[in-house]
Amino acid sequence: MSYEVIGITVLWVFLFGYLIVASIDFGAGFFSYYSTITGKRHLINNVIERYLSPVWEVTNVFLVFFFVGFVGFFPDTAYYYGTALLLPGSVAIILLAIRGSYYAFSNYGSKKDSRFYLFLYGASGLLIPASLSTVLTISEGGYIAVDDNNQVTFLFSRLFTSTYSWTVVLLALVSVLYISAMFLCYYANRANDRGAFEVVRKYAIAWSGPTILSSLLVFFAIRGHNAGHFQRMEDYAWMFVLSFICFLVAIYLVWARKRLGLSFIFVLLQFGFAFFGYGAGHLPYILYPYLTIYDNFTSEPMAIALISVFVLGLLLLIPSLYLLMRLFLFDANYVQGKRNK
Amino acid sequence: MLLASYDPVMYSRMLTGLTLAFHIIFATIGVGVPLMIALAEWIGIRRNDEHYLLMARRWARGFVITVAVGVVTGTAIGLQLSLLWPSFMKVAGQSIAIPLFLETFAFFFEAIFLGIYLYTWDRFKNKMTHFWMLIPVVIGSSASAFFITVVNAFMNAPAGVTVVDGKITDISPFGAMLSPAMPTKVSHVLITAYLTCAFILAAISAWSLLKGRNHVYYKKALKLTMISASVFLLSSAIIGDLSGKYLANYQPEKLAAMEWHFETSKQAPLVLGGILTEDNEIKYGIKIPYALSILAHGLPNAEVTGLNDIPADETPPLWIHYLFDLKMSFVAMMVVVALAFLLLLWRKRSLVYSNKWLLRGIILAAPLAMLTIEHGWIFAEVGRQPWILHGIMRTTEGATVSDHVDTMLIVFALLYIVLGLTAIRVLTRMFRNNRAEDEIAARGIEGGGKQ
Ligand code: HDD
Ligand code: HEM
Ligand code: HEM
Repeated sequence: MSYEVIGITVLWVFLFGYLIVASIDFGAGFFSYYSTITGKRHLINNVIERYLSPVWEVTNVFLVFFFVGFVGFFPDTAYYYGTALLLPGSVAIILLAIRGSYYAFSNYGSKKDSRFYLFLYGASGLLIPASLSTVLTISEGGYIAVDDNNQVTFLFSRLFTSTYSWTVVLLALVSVLYISAMFLCYYANRANDRGAFEVVRKYAIAWSGPTILSSLLVFFAIRGHNAGHFQRMEDYAWMFVLSFICFLVAIYLVWARKRLGLSFIFVLLQFGFAFFGYGAGHLPYILYPYLTIYDNFTSEPMAIALISVFVLGLLLLIPSLYLLMRLFLFDANYVQGKRNK
Repeated sequence: MLLASYDPVMYSRMLTGLTLAFHIIFATIGVGVPLMIALAEWIGIRRNDEHYLLMARRWARGFVITVAVGVVTGTAIGLQLSLLWPSFMKVAGQSIAIPLFLETFAFFFEAIFLGIYLYTWDRFKNKMTHFWMLIPVVIGSSASAFFITVVNAFMNAPAGVTVVDGKITDISPFGAMLSPAMPTKVSHVLITAYLTCAFILAAISAWSLLKGRNHVYYKKALKLTMISASVFLLSSAIIGDLSGKYLANYQPEKLAAMEWHFETSKQAPLVLGGILTEDNEIKYGIKIPYALSILAHGLPNAEVTGLNDIPADETPPLWIHYLFDLKMSFVAMMVVVALAFLLLLWRKRSLVYSNKWLLRGIILAAPLAMLTIEHGWIFAEVGRQPWILHGIMRTTEGATVSDHVDTMLIVFALLYIVLGLTAIRVLTRMFRNNRAEDEIAARGIEGGGKQ
């Protein structure tokens, strides 16, 4: 593998990590709000809170890792995306800021759970994936104009009137809710919390159909928008087929109330196959058609240094993450709330 | 909108400065407070004194709030660097990506163990195990400050790169981390963060004591934090002096501008205060003979480069003199407070916890320390102008050309106002509603070990 491919793979893995942990978090925020207005809050809130409290900061770091790493490996992306994304990027920052801080304010401050905080928390959880997903949309090309002086302009109206861009937003929203509900099924079950489990199981099943439907929509929209990318994705058709099979297994297990840990692993595989199939088809472009991973890749010494640092970092990170999961995810006593905070 | 005509460079500078000035408040707390918590918990375990353990617990509770704001504003600045300075980040990505990248690992490490630390107070049989969970938080937060300051040191004195005609040609990724600005900059930033947090925590105890709540808990807290502050203050001053010497050797224009030193000369005097007239005459200032030569090179006879040897278009704004003088007067006031505390502790111990003037001084020292940090940074950053990367890239070349930076400036200003006010409200409510003496009674730890 060339350094370019190693670099983009590492970053893509972390983006995938962010996609999963952030979806759980964002979706949980929404469910937490939704259950309040439907009067089911007392049923599911304990489970959500017990999982989220220790990990919310870690979620955010996945994102930071991704965008900082990108500038290191592919310095030119800073130029193109940085110029183009001032507005959507700033909107995402503001939403992330409101969400993160108000989560902490309401969770650790003494005035617990004001309805307004909860609303901010729930709503931002849906808006953030929508605004972040526009970055992937833009990467397909057609929403940025570059003139002869290499001056980059972002074509807002193009983005707002494009079907493709809206299907991506839809898919982002729906999958957030689906991933989150599937995870909460697993977690509620571990917590032996029947009441919560039945509530989130309904959410999970309800969001499974829309997830598949909106994925199909995105396929069709991509074909219309960037036929080259669609063709390269067809070369990886088997990944999308596997993804669909994993989806069936996962939803069957939840439906049958069996092996929920395994079910969530299949959710991971479902999104993993689709995400990497999409990514592999996207290569070599980072920004179609202006930027590929081979344009102005960072210098060789820098690439080697970054990759070595990354490996060393992982050696530190993996045991720590394992410890975190052991203490808060796999420790039945903690999950069941038998340990005090 | 604010300026007569739209200038993205100016607005980008203002927005970057605003975000950083806001972030640094929470970043400083994020770097220093874990160390103080660790100190308290360690003493508590060592002396088997529940009061110190409670101190750690209470400080950690407030800390979570500030961490949250630190994290979100940090994410903001991280993204804004690419959004507002795309050309600069392109060059930075090529040259100084390693510490930026390492910083995210430090965040990871810190975030993971902070989650563990906060939720495992009574989980382990051995109390030391819980203490060890905090050590990665201390290391991680100091390491993130370390790495980001390494980036900033590179911006002030690029190293490890070969520059031909203003373009970087050859890069040594790790060499870039060893900028000559690095040792003084990193150590000054770290120590002053510890100092500021010691003063902030001292001020909280002093406040309670001043209100007549003289539980021994507050006395222990005050003594611990003030002794730490005194040690850190002394170290900051020593390193600050070395920072001046670094400037004289590597960024003489910054030193010359901050001291209004117009002619290269030996036995240079130091100007304190004063104002500058239209034709660069210094009025009302106090001149201390030889002092600038001593500050710059440690010898009264040393030669100090003046602004006459600096090209006019590379001269930093001269108003940084006011910033530096303000900074040094804040430092002087902190020194007075620390000395008064030490003197009383040594001579008249009974007064340390009851002398109203001393307690008021300690309360004042906390905002002063934060102001010192702010003034120090703005002075250091503005003093680097017109460069964004010293000698390689000018600030005007680094900035975005996008529209709407002015709108973003207003929107982010509003965001920070809201975040700042809410954080203050949440924190004050937290400490007012849950006083230490009540918590001690509720937990049934009245004795608090020996003493
Ligand atoms: C409470 C905080 C605090 C305290 C007590 C001091 N400083 Fe400081 N100083 C900072 C907080 C700070 C800072 C905010 O952290 C800066 C800004 C940039 C940097 O590297 O550190 C800084 C920068 C800074 C610089 C510029 C370095 C550069 O631009 O590279 C100089 C010359 C000094 N300081 C000098 C001093 C001296 C002579 C001090 C004491 C006698 C002193 N500082 C105490
Ligand atoms: C946290 C403390 C810091 C504060 C309060 C601060 C403050 C400022 C201010 C006021 C400016 C505007 C200067 C001007 O326009 O005249 C500025 C510029 C800038 N700073 Fe800093 N800074 C800090 C740390 C850093 C660090 C650690 C970095 C490196 C990653 C950095 C990168 C920049 C950049 C890229 C600019 C824009 C270019 C420029 O105007 O020089 N700053 N900062
Ligand atoms: C000297 C100036 C700075 C110091 C001391 C500092 C330190 C810190 C610390 C300690 C945190 C973590 C807050 C916490 O979890 O306790 C933090 C957050 C962050 N900082 Fe800063 N920072 C500084 C300037 C900057 C600059 C210039 C950048 C931009 C490159 C930056 C980027 C970030 C990011 C992205 C985060 C969020 C990390 C997360 O999501 O956990 N910081 N900073």
